[in-house]
Amino acid sequence: MKPFTFERAASPAEAAAAAARTPGSKFIAGGTNLLDLMKLQIETPAHLIDVNGLGLDAIDLIPEGGLRIGALVRNTDLAADERVRRDYGVLSRALLSGASGQLRNKATTAGNLLQRTRCPYFYDTAQPCNKRQPGSGCSALGGFSRQHAVMGVSDACIATHPSDMAVAMRVLDAKVETVRPDGNKRSVPIAEFHTLPGDTPQVENTLAPGELITAVTLPPPVGGTQIYRKVRDRASYAFALVSVAAIVQRDGSGRVALGGVAHKPWRVEAAEAELPNGPKAAAEKLLAGARTTPDNAYKIPLVERTLGAVLAKARG
Amino acid sequence: MNPPNGFDVSRRGVVLGTAATGAVSALGVSPVYAQAATPASAASVSAPVTARVSVTVNGEARALELDTRTTLLDALREHLHLTGSKKGCDHGQCGACTVIVDGRRINSCLSLAVMHEGASVTTIEGLGGPDNLHPLQAAFVKHDGYQCGYCTPGQICSAVAMLDEVKAGLPSHVSDDLLAAPELDGAELRERMSGNICRCGAYSNIAEAITEVAGRKA
Repeated sequence: MKPFTFERAASPAEAAAAAARTPGSKFIAGGTNLLDLMKLQIETPAHLIDVNGLGLDAIDLIPEGGLRIGALVRNTDLAADERVRRDYGVLSRALLSGASGQLRNKATTAGNLLQRTRCPYFYDTAQPCNKRQPGSGCSALGGFSRQHAVMGVSDACIATHPSDMAVAMRVLDAKVETVRPDGNKRSVPIAEFHTLPGDTPQVENTLAPGELITAVTLPPPVGGTQIYRKVRDRASYAFALVSVAAIVQRDGSGRVALGGVAHKPWRVEAAEAELPNGPKAAAEKLLAGARTTPDNAYKIPLVERTLGAVLAKARG
Repeated sequence: MNPPNGFDVSRRGVVLGTAATGAVSALGVSPVYAQAATPASAASVSAPVTARVSVTVNGEARALELDTRTTLLDALREHLHLTGSKKGCDHGQCGACTVIVDGRRINSCLSLAVMHEGASVTTIEGLGGPDNLHPLQAAFVKHDGYQCGYCTPGQICSAVAMLDEVKAGLPSHVSDDLLAAPELDGAELRERMSGNICRCGAYSNIAEAITEVAGRKA
């Protein structure tokens, strides 16, 4: 780990301002991903701003309906919140399918959204990686790529976003609330929060420098049968090869988002009209324009089958 | 032999840090804030930076002056000489470093010590000793829940907090009903303990040990 200076921020606006005025600074909350990357010198912040004391750890009812989840709410607490379990089951399920009990006790809502890819070439500092070192090349293209993305990929990067939670939030139409160093606040639909790699895979979201996530909001509950199905190499404590977050209503209509296939949670609203016509029709539209490698082409039929299993379960 | 409080180690760290940066007043800094006044360049810090942190470990108040990079695990092992907590992978993948902080199990390798100001930490040493074993420690002995023993302190700390999570009604990935009170059957136990890897594969005996204590508690 490289040496760094350390401070505790006193308010969200002060944290954002401190980040803007201190070159090379990073916010740290749970630290479960950032410290891992700092030990490997993939992340080398010169200054850490501890945001754990900012009081952003409550889950509040929004008067007009919905929930406001503080940025620092731990994954364990979000999954266990009774309102989330009852009204947003897909979110509880997604959180509980991720990481381990120990990690979920530390990992935060905002940190989960900001976690970096687990592409093995991003982690291997001896290999070229456009995300870690822009312009150095992508080792996954033509490399060992069975975990990698098939949608929205570019010639620069085929990494996936590793979050389960974000996939559920995408199907729930969550919004990300932030504060900027100048004190201005905004609310970003999660669909517009994460970005595709394009020519700049080192950019993973639409946050401005120093901008701090303060909360994630969920709209009023939409009911339906809520399912998160995760396919992985072992039964627990592994990242998704493919995951499906779905909300299916009694009439067969619904919403679906995919994890493990793109640089962001993958949702195609136009594909959802096909859900009553079965998994094949919906998967075809969800995965239109897919670009696979020989290693990860299996994800195309795996998405269809996983979606089929989810729709069958929703029918009961 | 190092004294048990490890202050000789941390003092050396302070002197090094102070000499190198010429800026940190070792005892004058705020307990939660330390910063070199003149970083070597805009976005890097050339020399170690130290900060003070006060934590309660196994019921005892401890004050440390640490390099900001020190993980909670290294603070426990190298500075407080509580070597029961083990460093396996040092990346949050194996669970050997599991300790209980403010009632919750965490990977102490993925947490900075300076981020635990005022926290209460329980390590395997705090759960029980040879003459007063914690029920889970006794059950691991009885059921031979280990082979080499390296993962055992983490397994036991994890299991202690896990049983509290079940008691509090927290659901898991394998719970059929998110709103029902969980029952710790074999599938629930294995899912909830999946963050603790045993390289020797003593899982069946570990599961038996935890199941026995869980039954006693119920």
